[in-house]
Amino acid sequence: MIANYGYKDGSGDYYISIDTDKCIDCAADRACQTACPKEMFETITDDYDDEVTWVKRANCRTLAYDCTECKPAGGYTSLPCTSACTPGAIRHSW
Amino acid sequence: MNAEVKAAVAPEKKEFWRWQENTWFDESRNWRDGSIVTCGIDVGSVSSQAVLVVDGELYGYNSMRTGNNSPDSAKNALQGIMDKIGMKLEDIDYVVGTGYGRVNVPFAHKAITEIACHARGANYMGGNQVRTILDMGGQDCKAIHCDDKGKVTNFLMNDKCAAGTGRGMEVISDLMQIPIAELGPRSFEVDEEPEAVSSVCVVFAKSEALALLKAGYTKNKVIAAYCQAMAERVVSLLERIGVEEGFFITGGIAKNPGVVRRIEKLLGIKALDTKIDSQIAGALGAALFGHTLMQKQGAKKAA
Amino acid sequence: MITAGIDMGSRSVKVVLLEKSKGDKPYALKHAHLMLPGELDADEAAEKAFDEALAAAGLGRSDVKAVFATGAGRKQVAFASEGITEMSAGAKGANFMFPNARTVVDVGAEEGRGIKTDAEGRAIDFAGNEKCAAGAGSFAEAMSRALQLSLKDFGAASLKSERTIPMNAQCTVFAESEVVSLIHSSTPKEDIAKAVLDAVASRVCAMVRRVGIEGEVVLIGGMVHNEGFVQSLKTAMDVDQVSLPEHPEYISALGCALIAAERLH
Repeated sequence: MIANYGYKDGSGDYYISIDTDKCIDCAADRACQTACPKEMFETITDDYDDEVTWVKRANCRTLAYDCTECKPAGGYTSLPCTSACTPGAIRHSW
Repeated sequence: MNAEVKAAVAPEKKEFWRWQENTWFDESRNWRDGSIVTCGIDVGSVSSQAVLVVDGELYGYNSMRTGNNSPDSAKNALQGIMDKIGMKLEDIDYVVGTGYGRVNVPFAHKAITEIACHARGANYMGGNQVRTILDMGGQDCKAIHCDDKGKVTNFLMNDKCAAGTGRGMEVISDLMQIPIAELGPRSFEVDEEPEAVSSVCVVFAKSEALALLKAGYTKNKVIAAYCQAMAERVVSLLERIGVEEGFFITGGIAKNPGVVRRIEKLLGIKALDTKIDSQIAGALGAALFGHTLMQKQGAKKAA
Repeated sequence: MITAGIDMGSRSVKVVLLEKSKGDKPYALKHAHLMLPGELDADEAAEKAFDEALAAAGLGRSDVKAVFATGAGRKQVAFASEGITEMSAGAKGANFMFPNARTVVDVGAEEGRGIKTDAEGRAIDFAGNEKCAAGAGSFAEAMSRALQLSLKDFGAASLKSERTIPMNAQCTVFAESEVVSLIHSSTPKEDIAKAVLDAVASRVCAMVRRVGIEGEVVLIGGMVHNEGFVQSLKTAMDVDQVSLPEHPEYISALGCALIAAERLH
């Protein structure tokens, strides 16, 4: 399942998508959770009883602001979460 | 002299946004003849529904406005349908809660997200050819892809912004002083189709709507411009996950042809039809999940 | 020599008349005028506001060498020879008032933005959000209505609160219901006001961070009048000092008139 967390508002689209098929048996030992400086990722049991990572609900409405520090203006050349996720399950839409 | 009397009675404030609450059950069947009775309760931010499923088939439902707290809304929604058919809580084998208040449904055995429930409900309502679901709820908008079993394969949700939600429609209904159910039909009574309202934000769209009225637009034309904006908005959301044939719309706005027809035009796809109230999809899916769980447990109601 | 700057905002028209002077400062403010358009169309409102300003300053149209316009409705000012973006006008005006300003925060009714400026008051970078009411003054305005307080009292109330309660809703429309439920649950008005202003400040601050916070920080736009917001903004930006112009509503029109005067050289 591709789960898209985030929102679209007047200023644009801000979604983090997680490919849960790559996430169920995480080969990176859930490294995204420690890599994210805002600690936005956590493990849940989804509706089909799979253990997967999602973006915490509170962050889903504030992604544009929460991710500011890691976006190019903040000095990161690549995003900590996508770099940590070696299976390549995490993608940003903006 | 009766001026005083008149002044004493405040004019009733009409609530244009208020939509129809609704209860229904299948009179051709008796739930007592069934072996598994499951219930799905969807406590949304704006509306709450209770759906009863008997042996995997829709039996009855009640849809009403969400009250001040989730537990009471859940209870009231269920009581509304149980009273009509003489059912008691003990008669129900399994209850699944869904919607934003799902963890606060006091008598639920399990909580399942509205994404999974909507897909499951749409699969029942529109048939197993349903692949793309658009749910336009009171305070959110969801785009879901599912397989032929109603299992979610891709989804996105937007609950951050009121644009493209029922709340956005209620705001316009109030502003135009026109009952919400009339907005759709009225949006077609225009001399020519106007451009969409340009602001996405509901607050700014409100000012824009007032400016359009001032510029000589009829109310119907402003409504048409707003319905078009809403359609463009949700289509842009849908395009993020893509649209496949087998398109189905759930939620309150599915009842607004002014938005639905415009979405269909933008996508070049017709939405699948259903006779079932589009607002119950989530609760129906929850009840169907409950049915599957009961079957798995192999539990039968004591005769 | 006189130049004029006209700021056609979403709520009001501001006119600034600027005179090139012989003193140590090259320019002096001749007159500033604010008019609410009421029922007038934008183009009529611009004409009327300009004429009123000229009359008050004892000048005629022929005395003005150049008129530049800014603001959302700048294209409606038919008699202006040029349109200037809000960013350029705001940066220039803020620089005139505070020559050391390098970070300009502009929060008006319908937009919030951060502008980075150089020593000459040129906007070199900006980040803003004009498409969502949640990052602007109208968010606070809508919530103050729900609390039945004027925007000014709303700001003052927030200063009395020492609690930090989070606002979950990020949308103005949804936040109204959240505020109503906070009121129902007997949350003190002061705490609600602070929560609302903190929320706007944090969104504005996130935009300013995109251009970077450096040098003297100046706040312009209508929210300058809201003490509570200024406090929330300082906390969010983690700065001790935010400079506030005395008449923030005229800064953009002033910047516009300054740019007009410079172009004439």
